Amino acid sequence: MSKDLKSKKYSKEQYLKWYEEMLLYRKFEEKASASYIQQKIRGFCHLYIGQEAIVAGYETVLGKGDSVITTYRDHCQPIGRGTDPKIIMAELFGKTSGISKGRGGSMHMFDKEKGFFGGHGIVGGHIPLGAGIAFAEKYKGTKNVNICLMGDGAVRQGAFHEALNMAMTWKLPSIFVIENNMYAMGTSVERTSNVTELFKLGHAYEMPSFAVNGMSVEDCADAFEEAVERARNGDGPTLLEIRTYRYKGHSMSDPAKYRTKEELNSYKDRDPIASVLSTINENNYASEDELKAIESKIKQTIEECVEFAEAGDFPQAGDIYDGIYAQKDYPFIKEI
Amino acid sequence: MRVIQFREALREAMVEEMRNDEDIFIMGEEVAEYNGAYKVTQGMLDEFGDKRVIDTPIAENGFTGIAIGAAMNGLRPIVEFMTFNFSLVAIDQIINGAAKVNLMSGGQFNMPIVFRGPTASAGQLGAQHSQAFENWYANTPGLKVVVPSTPADAKGLLKAAIRDNDPVIFMESEQMYGDKAEVPEGEYIIPLGVADIKRKGDDVTIVTFGKIYHRVAKAAEALAAEGIEVEIVDLRTVRPIDYATVIESVKKTNRLVIVEEAWPLASISTEIAYKVQREAFDDLDAPIQRVTMRDVPMGYGANMVEETLPNEGRIIEAVKTVSYKKG
Repeated sequence: MSKDLKSKKYSKEQYLKWYEEMLLYRKFEEKASASYIQQKIRGFCHLYIGQEAIVAGYETVLGKGDSVITTYRDHCQPIGRGTDPKIIMAELFGKTSGISKGRGGSMHMFDKEKGFFGGHGIVGGHIPLGAGIAFAEKYKGTKNVNICLMGDGAVRQGAFHEALNMAMTWKLPSIFVIENNMYAMGTSVERTSNVTELFKLGHAYEMPSFAVNGMSVEDCADAFEEAVERARNGDGPTLLEIRTYRYKGHSMSDPAKYRTKEELNSYKDRDPIASVLSTINENNYASEDELKAIESKIKQTIEECVEFAEAGDFPQAGDIYDGIYAQKDYPFIKEI
Repeated sequence: MRVIQFREALREAMVEEMRNDEDIFIMGEEVAEYNGAYKVTQGMLDEFGDKRVIDTPIAENGFTGIAIGAAMNGLRPIVEFMTFNFSLVAIDQIINGAAKVNLMSGGQFNMPIVFRGPTASAGQLGAQHSQAFENWYANTPGLKVVVPSTPADAKGLLKAAIRDNDPVIFMESEQMYGDKAEVPEGEYIIPLGVADIKRKGDDVTIVTFGKIYHRVAKAAEALAAEGIEVEIVDLRTVRPIDYATVIESVKKTNRLVIVEEAWPLASISTEIAYKVQREAFDDLDAPIQRVTMRDVPMGYGANMVEETLPNEGRIIEAVKTVSYKKG
């Protein structure tokens, strides 16, 4: 499909929305990176920079009752779902004003009300959970669907295959999304299996499975539209291998020496945000002032995020027993 | 009171709860069309249909995770493991998922889920089918672990486990499913975390739980004939542990033996012994003894099984040791 055709399919408003959303994700992550270097954020911290078109793509078609679950690269998905970015930043800072009350940190964002089911730290472990969330929707007879995101490393785990098999057998309203950024930490896809076109793994379960250009938000939105419709109609799951790239290392502590500058630049040349901006400019969807206004609004939002995060309180050390059990008086072993 | 089998008591607990709450379902290997590998779920497919009684492929990691996801999204799953020996391929889901999500989400997601099935040995099943993992799960904050020893306890504790909003590991035994005893009809709930004194006695306290209780009970009969009156504390729940009942009994008898089926290192008996020395040091008239599975994987031969497991002879010997009546 040519770019002209796409421009016609999606409206001016949609392009401006995409631009604003994706720019917010990127600026948020850039601020997270800077705050990490300042040691405001500790622990492991995995950035989404380069992969923004995936969240913007599925949020184009998802509704309120739908849900999302992902890995530890999880700052932008709740923002996409509508969580206030301030409370995501507060969580990164470890404050009780954070979305997980400072208990989760970078890798464990959750927002039940918005349909964001986390934020999981064991590669591949959450894929059955995604199928289970979809199972509950089918059980309750809703039309809601679940988006289950994972990295390319996760598809080598048994949990991936077990979840795909049952989701297909039971026709669950799941969309399994491989965010193929080509490296499982430092190990390239080619080094982990003979099967390097990852969408083909779905064929083993006769699941509709497709490869998608993750540097194009239009392509992502198109693929999600079809997959979500299939799930809502009760026709079962879809596997999407979205070919993307993370501009930064696996985490803040990874200098990414296993790949070349040329490779990185070849993806930056196809940057999804720059691409949307050029469509906006080519079609005169917004004046320079209007674009400036979007950018300064985002800048303002990010500043507010940091202010809000700074202003919050750290949990009290004595609160370590809170929120582990639903039972309020669970008798923990407490000695010296 | 009517007498029913252990498996019927479990089934009654599930059926009664499922009739009251549409959000409860059961999934596992052979639970539906086969009517349960050990017939615990017999007839449940006929009553509730395949929406709520669900056969799974042999994929414990996958279906355990699916059940956890369903619990996060408003349902109340019961997962049957054909045996807890097979739960090891799902232990990531239980420890990293079920036990952690509530904390990681700042208390947003309760985890109302029950994982149940037989634990430990059941005859000459070989090394991979003869392991007691109660202490493995009990070690993990975020879980509750229940190990009933009688049909009535099984019913009352399983109903409580299903109603609980936290993840509960519920461990049974293939060798108890046919046990028959009186079980109250209808509403019968035993709160989790409360021990039961199964036999009163003044001379020696034996703390135990699960299937191995029955060997303790036989040993206690034999000891009574020799004039030693044993008090048996059945923990019933090993996370949390009802320490108060244990301590109270030890303060009365001043002597303690702990009997469990798991291996000795870092076991429930280790924990009880620690707690008792800390809380009742001056009340002890003898060093605490314990009888556990020998510190080896289980061999196949009948004599090897008997030598490896806690048996009446070893239990009697331990009681006599703390009573200074050896030989």
